[in-house]
Amino acid sequence: MWYYEKKLQYPVRVGICNPRMAKFLIEQYGGADGELAAALRYLNQRYTIPSRVMGLLNDIGTEEFAHLEMIATMVYKLTKDATPEQLKEAGLGEHYVDHGKSIYYHNAAGQNFNMGIQSKGDPIADLYEDIAAEEKARSSYQWIINVSDDPQINDSLGFLREREIVHSQRFREAVELLKEEQSKKRVF
Amino acid sequence: MSTSRKWYTPYVSPNDPCPPLGPISYETPVQLYLGFQPRGMEQFSPFEALTHGTLWPGLFTPYTNPYLSKREELNTDG
Repeated sequence: MWYYEKKLQYPVRVGICNPRMAKFLIEQYGGADGELAAALRYLNQRYTIPSRVMGLLNDIGTEEFAHLEMIATMVYKLTKDATPEQLKEAGLGEHYVDHGKSIYYHNAAGQNFNMGIQSKGDPIADLYEDIAAEEKARSSYQWIINVSDDPQINDSLGFLREREIVHSQRFREAVELLKEEQSKKRVF
Repeated sequence: MSTSRKWYTPYVSPNDPCPPLGPISYETPVQLYLGFQPRGMEQFSPFEALTHGTLWPGLFTPYTNPYLSKREELNTDG
């Protein structure tokens, strides 16, 4: 079960009224390498991974939901005061017709989240998948930072990008733990 | 000490339709080099850790838009 803390993992400030940024950010919300996919993937894989690293998947999967919340906050702030006309100009006309001001799980191109998450039941295959997913999420944040001109949003995105780095590092360590020869003495 | 950004220059054809963009960067953050994190690594203060997104300076690899900083970085890296 989970306990919910009524605050964001890291503060979200949006400094520039630019609804177009919402269209880019939604990639990390409902995209293939987004936070929702990550959370669902880890919390699903954890059942069939050796118990030494099960807790890691549980913790990181939980943190991904905290990231999802930060992205949702950014998207909401950027769209809540926009007129339908402004949303149309920002490329969000289709989104508005389909979902109104609601946030929705789709990618930057408007494709619905399709549950195409990876889970193979092979510990090494799953962890390599997760390392790749973290590196892909890290790059997505880089590309969004490159197209953003809002230093305050970029500050929050920089935080999220650094978390992907830490997660990748931990998954790499998990692979090392599982690779370890059982008769060998452990030296760190 | 590893660098977290590398550059390469793609081939420029005399028949390219657009002017060349110049060197292309890609990121090589610290987790590619660290291996198993050693015990007792130096830590940030809790507040610094929150603002940086990690407890350890050794894991902190910040990112800046390379299109904005390209010229400076290329000059400092030679």
